[in-house]
Amino acid sequence: MCLGVVGQIVQVDGMVALVDFWGVKKRIRLDLVDEPVQPGDYVLNHVGFAIKRIPDEEVAATLAFYEELIQAEDLMAQDVRTDLQAAG
Amino acid sequence: MQQSIGGQSKSFSQQFRDPHKARALLRTLERLCDEIGREVAVMHVCGSHEQAIARFGLRSVLPPRLHVIMGPGCPVCVTDEPEVDEAVVLARLGHTITTYGDMVRVPGSVVSLAEAQAQGADVRVIYSATEAVALAARTDREVVFFATGFETTAVATAAVVLADPPRNFSVLSAHKYIPPAMEIVAEMPGTKVEGFLAAGHAAAITGWKIFEPFVRRHRLPVVVGGFEPLDILAALAKLLELIRDGEARVVNAFPRCCTPAGNRPAQALLWRAFEAVGGRWRGIAHIPNSNLRLRDEFAWVDARKRFDLQGGLRQLWSSAAPSALVQQCLCGNIMAGIAGPRDCPLFGKECTPAHPVGACMVSSEGTCKIWSEYGQSIEGFFEQEAVR
Repeated sequence: MCLGVVGQIVQVDGMVALVDFWGVKKRIRLDLVDEPVQPGDYVLNHVGFAIKRIPDEEVAATLAFYEELIQAEDLMAQDVRTDLQAAG
Repeated sequence: MQQSIGGQSKSFSQQFRDPHKARALLRTLERLCDEIGREVAVMHVCGSHEQAIARFGLRSVLPPRLHVIMGPGCPVCVTDEPEVDEAVVLARLGHTITTYGDMVRVPGSVVSLAEAQAQGADVRVIYSATEAVALAARTDREVVFFATGFETTAVATAAVVLADPPRNFSVLSAHKYIPPAMEIVAEMPGTKVEGFLAAGHAAAITGWKIFEPFVRRHRLPVVVGGFEPLDILAALAKLLELIRDGEARVVNAFPRCCTPAGNRPAQALLWRAFEAVGGRWRGIAHIPNSNLRLRDEFAWVDARKRFDLQGGLRQLWSSAAPSALVQQCLCGNIMAGIAGPRDCPLFGKECTPAHPVGACMVSSEGTCKIWSEYGQSIEGFFEQEAVR
């Protein structure tokens, strides 16, 4: 029940939008969404209401966040390799 | 078929399920656990997190010294017996009860809504509060929406209450508010939790700054995480970094959905319709400011004020026989993170998804139900604790 589901807006009709959830289309209320939406936008949905428009740049920010954590790992691995070589 | 987003060729969900990135994040987690050099327990407070962790099999690949405990994050599970009883009484008065799926089977003090339905009551499962309103518009009967869930769900209820619903529609609110419950869990004696993974969609509404007072009071880090596998792994990695560095602050690991201030229009609707009052969370405690009740000005849509429940409740409770099984149920300790399902003498024996004793075995977000369904490998914290 508490799932936040991402879908893409197909059509907007007043306070209701038709949203595509990877093939399944559902009507979703727009009363709670944080900013105006239009067809093509991605929205986070919960119990039949859109609760957040997801801007492209914020998707990019999330992916960059993963990279930052992974990058730190690569650097560490490099450190370890260098240390091992020095020791060896 | 799926359009690309942000110029990326992968679909929206594939970007957050990339196995190469997942493996790299797992290595990050292993390194962080090595650096911390001891067992470390963190708690999430969201059924959706538990479902994702179980569904993608994350617990089996996490470093063995990292224990991810599910806290009181299942709204169905924390709905208290007397709240179910109120819904049962309304159903027995002949009103139509609408509610979210899992609530129907949750045991009350005497019967569940499913049992009331078997005895002739009109109980209907809905996906959205808007369906309850639509049903009220089609009938002359009283339609009561038994509204459960945390702030993310409560905003949807607020929206229908504020949109001038039909006069035969009313709300029985069992909505709960998560931040005060985190305080209680952090203060529980015996808790080993060193950090919290907060629910991304709840924080999308409330904003992540809401956790700052908690962090200051308890000196425990909080990371807001999303629900895709990479979201969860990344959030756990950030949480371990903070624990390693002894840094108590809030980090938003779900930037595509959460902002510092959250969804202000939705917050305005929430607090216009509801006020926070103290109340019980099933099996856990009485928690101040944790139950959302409709404000007095919405008495006309508040089932507790519209209907006389007291007589029905007295009658119901006078017929209640205390169940020996229920008294052995460990749901409360499980939701507080101080016990695991295997610690419960009933788990998998008297208490199964087909015949649940406690609410944790009913809800698809309940720890016991999820562990039963996904055959969660439970070698971990609690068994080790039991051995010591």
